[in-house]
Amino acid sequence: MSKEIIKIENLKRYFKVGEETVKALRGVSFTIYEGEFVTIMGTSGSGKSTLLNTLGCLDTPTSGQYYLDGIPVKGMGKNERARIRNRKIGFIFQNYNLLPKTTALENVELPLLYNSSVSAKERAERAERCLREVGLGERLYHKSNQMSGGQQQRVAIARALVNNPVIILADEATGNLDTRTSFSILTLFQRLHREGKTIIFVTHNPELSLYSSRNITLRDGRIVSDEYNHDIQSAEEVYRNLPVEND
Amino acid sequence: MNFQNLFKIAIKALGNNKMRCFLTMLGVIIGVGAVIAMLAIGQGSKNSIKEQISEMGSNMIMIMPGAERRGGVRQSSEDMQTLKPADYEAIVNQASGIAYSTPTVSSSGQWVYGNNNYPSQAQGVNTEFLKIRQRNVAEGEMFTENDVKTAAKVCVLGKTLVNNLFPDGSDPIGKVVRFGSIPLTVIGVLDEKGYNTMGQDQDDLALVPYTTVMKRMLAIDYLQGITLSAENEDQTEMLIDEISDILRTSHKLRDGEADNFSIRSMKELAEMISSTSSMMTVLLAAVAGISLLVGGIGIMNIMIVSVTERTREIGLRMSIGATGRDIMTQFLIEAIIISVTGGIIGILLGALATWMIKIFVNWPVQIDPGSVILSFVVCTIIGIIFGFYPAAKASNLDPIEAIRYE
Repeated sequence: MSKEIIKIENLKRYFKVGEETVKALRGVSFTIYEGEFVTIMGTSGSGKSTLLNTLGCLDTPTSGQYYLDGIPVKGMGKNERARIRNRKIGFIFQNYNLLPKTTALENVELPLLYNSSVSAKERAERAERCLREVGLGERLYHKSNQMSGGQQQRVAIARALVNNPVIILADEATGNLDTRTSFSILTLFQRLHREGKTIIFVTHNPELSLYSSRNITLRDGRIVSDEYNHDIQSAEEVYRNLPVEND
Repeated sequence: MNFQNLFKIAIKALGNNKMRCFLTMLGVIIGVGAVIAMLAIGQGSKNSIKEQISEMGSNMIMIMPGAERRGGVRQSSEDMQTLKPADYEAIVNQASGIAYSTPTVSSSGQWVYGNNNYPSQAQGVNTEFLKIRQRNVAEGEMFTENDVKTAAKVCVLGKTLVNNLFPDGSDPIGKVVRFGSIPLTVIGVLDEKGYNTMGQDQDDLALVPYTTVMKRMLAIDYLQGITLSAENEDQTEMLIDEISDILRTSHKLRDGEADNFSIRSMKELAEMISSTSSMMTVLLAAVAGISLLVGGIGIMNIMIVSVTERTREIGLRMSIGATGRDIMTQFLIEAIIISVTGGIIGILLGALATWMIKIFVNWPVQIDPGSVILSFVVCTIIGIIFGFYPAAKASNLDPIEAIRYE
């Protein structure tokens, strides 16, 4: 078996809301290996957002263990977690979260600005390379508000790739896009997966599990299923067969 | 942590909101500009007063009859007659360290020549007056000791009087003018000095032997004052004490009895005027400083709005690896850039305003380099102080909530 990227053991996360304790995660354990494309499914309230925040080192678990790339995250301070997010994680959000009035290139450079070991020259080169990788080589200097939703999400994906993360965390990355664009983005994810990237894709859309290599389903803070997909469908095929809307 | 990168980020963020950024700056620009201009005006007037006083002679001492006037109480005419020519003689003979001295008496009235007349004064002085006031006779000559002794009917006129009495430009020397009913021969014309800072015309002056004024014009046997200059500025205080003793003795004042004369030195006057002018400067600067403070509050206000508005951006920056300190530094830099840039523009604007005041209003102004440095430092401090709260607020945001903020 290949390298363990993420290993969580009996992860629990409780929130205090007034007098009550909300149990968002009630003991979740799994291991994700290098090169996997995992979809995490669940309805709202299933705990998937909390899980994503925890995996993304934005939140710390109440109890249980979390190893990212072999490093124990639990017990890390705020600044250490910021650093680990900067070096090991690539985030992709539902609403892209690009900086307004800023060029694609500058948006992609952003994570490297917080890494002082990357020089300005290297930063620009890496950002450009990542933008080419997601098919935006011609739009380096387009500003974020001059781009379509699909293009913006591609910029966001390039931004998630630019720091060579060990894991890409996507939160409903196709949630704001129309079907056709969704499939083009999904095609990109599948390509990244083929190239060996480890991806976690959190969604409430069960259809997407057809295109990933593994699917974990959550309900009420617990894992209800964790299955490997041996028959991965090609998003590209679907994309090509979709009619181009001309109205 | 990379300061250079954070600086770039801050510049970029400000560039996205140029108009707002400029309006925020405007508060600081106006504040600093006002401080610079006010201090320049204050400093300029102080300097020109100082200059003028030293021109008049900072070693000048004036003796006046009667006790010092206090609280606007009018003194009896008897009190004003305490200085006699004998006192003058006593001072000149006994006190040491006097360079020049002159008794002074003056009479106001109408100067007449032909059908031109001009209301002014006749200053009764002796020949040393010119040395004390550092004036010169430009044409003709000054009256002599002998003229003083004989109470000669001669006068030396200032330029303003000459211009008014001889508007056709004819040579006044040797002409006989009248002061009231007394005919006086013009024997000299004083050099031209123009107006002083207090707006007095220094050429509206006519010198006459003091004996002439006393005997022929006013018919009095007392002096209205004595003006003298010390040999050395440092000696003025000693000299004042000495003169005071001489006068007390000659006036037969007993111990405990109040002086019936008063002595003022120009140095004292200079200090008084410059302290008044310093107070004005401080007041002006305080008012300008308040506007600078308001500018600072403007920065804080806009930074708070900016933090709220950019909550999502802050959340994103944090989730891709910015630490709380990075965020804080970024917002602090933004605030400091606004305040310091505003400060620099304000300094330039203040200098421009100062220059315009000099050109168009013709006030004496001087920009003190200290005030420029001070404004610069104050701006930086204002940026830090008023930027701190919003920056701390931004850095304390929870990235999970911030990134989903609508």
